[in-house]
Amino acid sequence: MKETLFEKIWNSHVVRSINEGPDVLFIDRHYIHEVTSPQAFNGLRARGVKVLHPEKTLATADHNTPTRDQHLAIRDELSRNQVAKLAENCRENGIELYGLNHEKNGIVHVIGPELGYTLPGMTIVCGDSHTSTHGAFGTIAFGIGTSEVEMVLATQCIMQPRPRKMRISVNGKTGRGVTAKDIVMYIISRISTGGATGYFVEFSGSAIRDLSMEARMTVCNMSIEMGARGGLIAPDETTFSYLRSLSRLNINGDTEAAIASWKSLKSDEGAVFDKELEFDAALIKPMITYGTNPGMGMGIDELIPSSDTAGGNASSSFLKSLGYMGFKPSMKLLGHPVDYVFLGSCTNGRIEDFRAFASIIKGRKKASGVTALIVPGSKRVEEQMKREGLTSIYEEAGFEVRQPGCSSCLAMNEDKIPEGKYAVSTSNRNFEGRQGPGARTLLASPLTAAAAAVTGVISDPRELIND
Amino acid sequence: MAKEKFVVLESTCVPLPLENVDTDQIIPARFLSATSREGFGDNLFRDWRYNKNGEKNPAFVLNDPSFGGRILVAGKNFGSGSSREHAVWAIYDYGFRAVVSSFFADIFMNNSLNNGLLPVVIPEDMLGRILDLVKKDPSAKIRIDLEKQILKVIPTGEETAFSINAYKKECMLKGLDDIDFLLAMRNEIDEFAKRERPWL
Repeated sequence: MKETLFEKIWNSHVVRSINEGPDVLFIDRHYIHEVTSPQAFNGLRARGVKVLHPEKTLATADHNTPTRDQHLAIRDELSRNQVAKLAENCRENGIELYGLNHEKNGIVHVIGPELGYTLPGMTIVCGDSHTSTHGAFGTIAFGIGTSEVEMVLATQCIMQPRPRKMRISVNGKTGRGVTAKDIVMYIISRISTGGATGYFVEFSGSAIRDLSMEARMTVCNMSIEMGARGGLIAPDETTFSYLRSLSRLNINGDTEAAIASWKSLKSDEGAVFDKELEFDAALIKPMITYGTNPGMGMGIDELIPSSDTAGGNASSSFLKSLGYMGFKPSMKLLGHPVDYVFLGSCTNGRIEDFRAFASIIKGRKKASGVTALIVPGSKRVEEQMKREGLTSIYEEAGFEVRQPGCSSCLAMNEDKIPEGKYAVSTSNRNFEGRQGPGARTLLASPLTAAAAAVTGVISDPRELIND
Repeated sequence: MAKEKFVVLESTCVPLPLENVDTDQIIPARFLSATSREGFGDNLFRDWRYNKNGEKNPAFVLNDPSFGGRILVAGKNFGSGSSREHAVWAIYDYGFRAVVSSFFADIFMNNSLNNGLLPVVIPEDMLGRILDLVKKDPSAKIRIDLEKQILKVIPTGEETAFSINAYKKECMLKGLDDIDFLLAMRNEIDEFAKRERPWL
């Protein structure tokens, strides 16, 4: 029987298949954070149940934490309480917590991989839709709701209907200034935010193989924005080199023996997918969104569509979206003023993203009208930026580097974009009010964000790349 | 733990004819700092329902006294985006017990079923007819029979079958909970956990 990579991992984790119902799936790694876990722990208490496998669970505080003065108490009372509750719940149940001010603290989807907790062949869940990020290592990783967080805490299992299988192949070479973010935004703009709903996506093809691990995480991270349950990429030498480079892998036994066993993690030749899509990397330009969902994206030098496009947006929804953004159909975005720039998030908060942004701002200055939020994805990333001299490059160009967290991606903390202001953001969602009530988000890559930050307007990064 | 059962629901509806309604619209992130499940209904569709001064926006359907009921009828791809279950808690807490659309995001669908909120998928053309009908006649009722898996528009008699997996249907009908089911599987889970997976 020829199997896809997804089937190999899924099938090896099924504890029981329920007739005409979901599968009971065993979970190897459960990441938790302060926002979607407290009600789950309350549920456990009400049932009189303890966490079954605390050693398979890892916690961090990231969603509502401040990005300045983290050594001081969190000012917002509810957020402070939520972070305190997480610490209390972890203590009570023996769960490792890399909380605020811990040297390993950071965004859950940044620290899991960098600390060697995310490993090929695993099933991974977290009460956060961007759990799909971990699929870059060849894992089945997906976001869950709080009832399911409670379920996994109590039983280390989850009941899930088996998703359908899709393969998205991107072949060929990407052009100058085109990053992993542009690849995934391009795919979403073609298939819409519901284009992969009901599916688990395997990304493949030469353009995906050519990506670094961090870039692959960016692609898998946004698979949820095409509606997919998750996305994954077969592990290969790039994956294994990355894992070997980490100071520590959370495995029992020998790393090389583990790597040898991970080499079988790929779709068999001739394995059948329910749906296959293919894209040509050479056609992809630096991307930017113009609307209020991630499917409303275009090449940066293009015009906003005159009406509904492949996204399938009905006219009223399309116009409502443009109205919110203060844009008009057929308008050009190049040259449009920008008020804020956000670099960070689980999509683009890793060291390579900060290097990319730095490559454009080096020797330039932040435009005076732009407020920039530069937020590393973790303490490790923050430290590495200092070691590599990146922090000085940012400071010399007039940028303040903040402390790690989810920050302005969902604006649960103080890092809100004011009403009506335009923000070029390296995060993953441009929904109405996502970055603050009335905020207008334009999603883009770190290169495009940097280009906007130094020019003060939407600019084509290809014209600013220092070759 | 037992939940409210869902068998038959007959009610007027609240129409929300927008597509791609994401969970950030259903409940904005700044309201996610609570540590209990209650009270989210007050902030359901917060930024559409209230203007920035906190006054009700009269143009939004929840503020239009002609519309009410326990069924929300929404445009396609409802519930996309964040996995926040708070979105479902907000809809349920406000008083809805079913959401009807032509297409739901996956995580939202799972979260709904885990909380006794029934997501009903119907054909897109029929969804359009219901939205038009309710707009003209806010007293129009819909009947959702979970046992028979039939949704019927009372004034026109139009009906459609809808699907739901048999296990989840049973849970909804009886008000049962997945966690109780899994807790009863403890021995089987423990045996599975012992299976040799050398690198874990």
